[in-house]
Amino acid sequence: MAQKTVLRKPKGFMDVYKHKPGTEKDRTHYCPGCGHGILHKLIAEALEDFAVIDKTILISPVGCSVFAYYYFDTGNFQAAHGRAPAVGTAVSRANPDSIVISYQGDGDLAAIGGNNILQAANRGENMVVFFVNNAIYGMTGGQMAPTTLEGQKTTTTPYGRNPLSDGYPMQMCELLNQLTAPVYITRTSLHDMANIRKTRQAVRKAIRYASEKKGFSFVEVLSMCPSGWKMDAVRAQQWIKEKMIPRFPLMVLRDNAENTGPIERPVPVLDPEEVKKVLGYDTFETTGFKKRPGTMFRKVALRVAGFGGQGIMSTGIALANVGMKYGYNVSWLPSYGPEMRGGTANCSVKIQEDSIGAAECTEPNMVIAMNQPSLEKFEKLLVPDGILIYNSTLIDVEPSRKDIRVCPVPITGIADELGDTRVQSMVSVGAFAAVTGMFDPEEIKSLMPTLFAGKSEKVRKLNEEAVQKGYDHVKRNF
Amino acid sequence: MPKMLMKGNHAAVYGAALAGCEAYYGYPITPASEIAEAASAIFPKLGRTFLQAESEVAAINMVYGAAGAGKRVMTGSSGPGISLKQEGISYCAGSELPCVIVDIMRGGPGLGNIGPEQGDYYQVVKGGGHGNYRNIVLAPNSAQEMCDLTMLAFELADKYRNPVFVLTDGVIGQMMEAVELPEPVEKLPDKSSWAVMGNAETKNLINSIYLGHDDLEAWNRYLGEKYATIEKNEVRFEEYMMEDAEIVAIGYGSTSRVLQSAVDIVRGKGVKMGMLRLITLFPFPKERINVLPDRNVRGILTVEMSNGQLVDDVNLALRGKMISDLYNRMGGNVPSALEIVEKVSELYGV
Ligand SMILES: Cc1ncc(C[n+]2csc(CCOP(=O)(O)OP(=O)(O)O)c2C)c(N)n1
Repeated sequence: MAQKTVLRKPKGFMDVYKHKPGTEKDRTHYCPGCGHGILHKLIAEALEDFAVIDKTILISPVGCSVFAYYYFDTGNFQAAHGRAPAVGTAVSRANPDSIVISYQGDGDLAAIGGNNILQAANRGENMVVFFVNNAIYGMTGGQMAPTTLEGQKTTTTPYGRNPLSDGYPMQMCELLNQLTAPVYITRTSLHDMANIRKTRQAVRKAIRYASEKKGFSFVEVLSMCPSGWKMDAVRAQQWIKEKMIPRFPLMVLRDNAENTGPIERPVPVLDPEEVKKVLGYDTFETTGFKKRPGTMFRKVALRVAGFGGQGIMSTGIALANVGMKYGYNVSWLPSYGPEMRGGTANCSVKIQEDSIGAAECTEPNMVIAMNQPSLEKFEKLLVPDGILIYNSTLIDVEPSRKDIRVCPVPITGIADELGDTRVQSMVSVGAFAAVTGMFDPEEIKSLMPTLFAGKSEKVRKLNEEAVQKGYDHVKRNF
Repeated sequence: MPKMLMKGNHAAVYGAALAGCEAYYGYPITPASEIAEAASAIFPKLGRTFLQAESEVAAINMVYGAAGAGKRVMTGSSGPGISLKQEGISYCAGSELPCVIVDIMRGGPGLGNIGPEQGDYYQVVKGGGHGNYRNIVLAPNSAQEMCDLTMLAFELADKYRNPVFVLTDGVIGQMMEAVELPEPVEKLPDKSSWAVMGNAETKNLINSIYLGHDDLEAWNRYLGEKYATIEKNEVRFEEYMMEDAEIVAIGYGSTSRVLQSAVDIVRGKGVKMGMLRLITLFPFPKERINVLPDRNVRGILTVEMSNGQLVDDVNLALRGKMISDLYNRMGGNVPSALEIVEKVSELYGV
């Protein structure tokens, strides 16, 4: 009669545990009577039976199962304490066709990694979480876990867990069941053959769902820890039955997978031409304008200041953009830090031939002040002979300095006449062009598609008019 | 090549996209949030992953996962968030996972404020997590470099299988400048010999555990040799008006921009001042600094926006040949060129 193999190691396990140091490369590091080994075997069998060993990626946690990667003949990660669901999230996004398993203990999952498991579940990541609830920290020698029972003695609850100071055992299945995204949530146990069989079914179902990309499955398994509980293996099985199951009832809390479509992730675009197209390379103009002869400024160090909402930032950005088109070096820096609050805004703009050092204009040679407080603040900073353009619609006092050149422009008034206060920015830009002689108004207008990308033709036309009006006002009056 | 006016923070995301970065995992924090926002706008259009993680701790562990899966991956944050990432960065270094972390520094300690500072120098340059490891640290000082050095960061990360930081402050992040956009990277490196990609050929192990004391010591020695190679090959700095300089200012990031202005002013007075701008903070340009006193340099002034963190390394590099002076501002204050000029004349009588 031919030899029949009755017992054989499932193919989901490695033949030889090559990552395990030392000489015992054929046996596990788990204690006698521990539940981890049983669950490992159920998983390894399922991976073999569904023929998914090669596309499975297992994340080992920190805890007794930190060395799960010794055993599984899959892709393997070892993750920081509690972070396996976060690691698994990215692994799953990177390899959408793989089966990602996050294998975690109760300290790892419910204590330090509590938020990570909640959030991965809430995102419905395509992964299976096996949660080994042994009511204790096994690895570190038997301290209290979030799942430790009321009154249970551990090395850090020597008088028994006292809910008044230590809280109550956390029921993770019930907690996760509050979330919308998970497809499968169940709790089983390993304390006898009948329940191991039920666990086997749960393991297989979760792995099948993952292979069908159904989303997030959570299998909590009550598991013996004779060493941590300081009892023999048989007593440990009884303890689960008598003490743990009443607190952690065995049941399927959710099984929604039938109604869930497969999760598909986008395919990354890496082709250079495609990337350039998406980033809009073809929309940036590469040609510029010729610098205008006879410009009085070789270096503009400008502050634009006013109320938030007066288009202060956009005035500065528009000027920097135009300067760039003329081939100048440009920089724009918004007011930063505490100044940002409190309703006033200002920015620094530099436009010059030489390379730009500091971007902040601590000594501007030009200021555009849109309101009274800005005038008071920035007039002082101007260098002698500097130019002050101010919004005469809103500022009715004369600037106090006599050693600067002053250029009042009714910026708000001009914008209002055009029917939209928001075009103030472009009035300022026009005024700037006239004062400095650096920019030609027609050339500025030709930049409207860049400066107002995505805006309507009407908006562009209005802003073109604003540029011209600001320009003309200065040309007429100064 | 197209030129575009953009913020430093946005330029970093363009650099990442051009470098073939396939995933961004981050958590919002001022002044780095714009990086996450820009990534959330750009990455999905390219079929790349953007995910707002539940915390910086989660974000860096996602980076660990994506990097281990062989993807180019990035995260961005600022002071408090970088503190939280440190355990994960140590894991990345210990498992030799290439990844890019952008730190837009803000004022500390504690919640501090959101103004620009350089107080993360120690925690980033010295490898702020546990164990013997180093990050490669690049310090851009313009929007252009935010793009270019982010691209370089991905290259170096893969070349050395190591975390690489792009370290700068809110000024460079917020500032808009013209950025000449380079060509996208054509070909990404093959990582199948070590990465885990969900197939029979890549059943590898991403791990930093070495139980045997001798094994872990050997691993640390191996890493140490790698860092020594990086120190030999990757030092980068820029010199400004250094040929005949008698006074040398040293700085990085936004302070180097101010220093450039200060040098211009001092040169205007006929005094020979120059600037050594550090582009890599690890590897630290220590050989260059060490030979400064060999010529007729009579004063070295380190300018930083932190409390003596940089000048410590400058003085270590000088190995006692000379002692660098320090001028620093903190709390969100950026030194002005005039302040520095004043300090220079006070110290060196010019
Ligand atoms: C950040 C961090 N904190 C603490 C530890 C120490 N530690 C290792 S295992 C463990 C407890 C694991 O318990 P559990 O998740 O219940 O798994 P078990 O060992 O019972 O299987 C702790 C606290 C660590 N490795 N990392």
